[in-house]
Amino acid sequence: MITLQWLYIFAGLTFLAFALLSAGDRANPKRLGNTAFWGLLAVSFLFGSYLSDLANGLLVVALAVIAGFKWLGQGKPATTTGEERLASAQRRGDWLFVPALLIPAVALLGALVLDKTVIFGVPLFGPEQPTLIALGLGVAAGLALAMAWLRPPVLAPLQEGRRLMDAVGWAGVLPQMLASLGAVFVIAGVGDRIGELFATYLPLDHRLLAVIAYCVGMALFTFIMGNAFAAFPVMTAAVGLPLVVGQFGGDPAIVCAIGMLSGFCGTLTTPMAANFNVVPAALLDLPDREAPFNGVIRVQVPTAGLILVINIALMYFLAFRF
Amino acid sequence: MWVLLGIAVLVGGFVARLNPLAVILAAAVVTGVAAAFAPGVSPAALWTAALDTIAAFGRAFNDYRYISVIWLVLPLIGILERYGLQERARILISTARGATTGRILLAYFVLRQVSAALGQTKLGGHPQMVRPLIAPMAEAAAEARHGDLPDAVRYRVRAHAAAVDNIALFFGEDIFIAIASILLIKGFLEANGILVEPLQLSVWAIPTAIAALLVHGTRLVLLDRSLARQVAAPEAGR
Repeated sequence: MITLQWLYIFAGLTFLAFALLSAGDRANPKRLGNTAFWGLLAVSFLFGSYLSDLANGLLVVALAVIAGFKWLGQGKPATTTGEERLASAQRRGDWLFVPALLIPAVALLGALVLDKTVIFGVPLFGPEQPTLIALGLGVAAGLALAMAWLRPPVLAPLQEGRRLMDAVGWAGVLPQMLASLGAVFVIAGVGDRIGELFATYLPLDHRLLAVIAYCVGMALFTFIMGNAFAAFPVMTAAVGLPLVVGQFGGDPAIVCAIGMLSGFCGTLTTPMAANFNVVPAALLDLPDREAPFNGVIRVQVPTAGLILVINIALMYFLAFRF
Repeated sequence: MWVLLGIAVLVGGFVARLNPLAVILAAAVVTGVAAAFAPGVSPAALWTAALDTIAAFGRAFNDYRYISVIWLVLPLIGILERYGLQERARILISTARGATTGRILLAYFVLRQVSAALGQTKLGGHPQMVRPLIAPMAEAAAEARHGDLPDAVRYRVRAHAAAVDNIALFFGEDIFIAIASILLIKGFLEANGILVEPLQLSVWAIPTAIAALLVHGTRLVLLDRSLARQVAAPEAGR
């Protein structure tokens, strides 16, 4: 059975390789910072399950210290020049797409076939995160194909991977950090307090006002938390169910479905949704990647605003009719 | 209400442009300590609360490792880039007739939204599709029309490529009945004594999905003209 744990070992060894290769990169004056940062992530992936909660927490403190003091540099592993790439692209043709497209192809195969495959009574995939396991298999298949066909130096995939990982930098763990912050917020009851504020201080005596408060509240709270899933239970318990459904008689399925989608409008506008809005800015080398509202967010804001207005209208006109 | 102090730390840290990893950790600790705070609580108790919060954060960080597994794709993408994957994507577009930035992004939007609606949310994504393929294609199409691009235009095209992946995913996936958000809604309503079927929920994601396609599709159709204007007036580019 292929489980999530296999994937963690795969990831841990990859980060360990990034750490070791960083240490030997004399072109990067901050190479020890990179070694420490990627090395700590390797420890987390390989041994996180065996460490105490506090030890894992201190590991995160160390990551934050390295990033906070700007000890993370950008490695410069040897790679091909622009001319060499162009020549290779012309020589090898569209076949270059095949290993890259193996990732989605195997992901699809994984979801449709492999996830349901049972061999001698044992399921092929473990119960947790089967789509990620399929992604890992796709990467392994693509790498095997690329290595056999292109015959690069043995360390080249790890060096090229390190080049890209260093370009993303600390933003690479931002999504995981934000998700963890969300967990702390839940324990401390932050969401419940915000819900109380909303329900206590807004005069919602007309159903349009209640619909607006719920949809805008979902978007705003998602903006703060970076995640509509965290906002949904809070806002729906504070405004959606008691007012829009309870007092004004809205259909709960319609109200909740459109409420969640209003939250997604908030996701499109917030730097807190790091994996959607911050990581791509780093991956695409945008110059304003560290600004609170980078180019990706600025492009998304008009669409998010319009869809939020449309959601309010949809909920108002549909929820009380069906 | 003291627990809301953590949000203030978060917002303040982002505005002051401190490193987000440090800001997030600080916000977590402030939240945890504030939750334990009350008049007369001893400093020792607050210290314990801080340590407990760090432990809770560490536990969550460990549970959420699967989020960062995505970086496994980088060695494969990197090795293909070494042999000219981005250049090949550009060549493909420069030989295709009628391929414009707006049309390429619209085509990807539709593909991404439809596949997400069928539950296949992992078929796109920024590291595996947008950086190596979609962004270079969108850029190459703009270059084919306008020649060498001013930086502001190049970065705007890239930002649009990233945005298409997000918007198509968000407003496509809820149409699929077994997606996490639909199951969350169903579970939440069930806990409040209201039984709904996933299908009842996903059906009502369709109007917003169509609206998203119309709104963002229109913006993409208009994007080519807007880019042409921006190239013509690079000073006013931003």
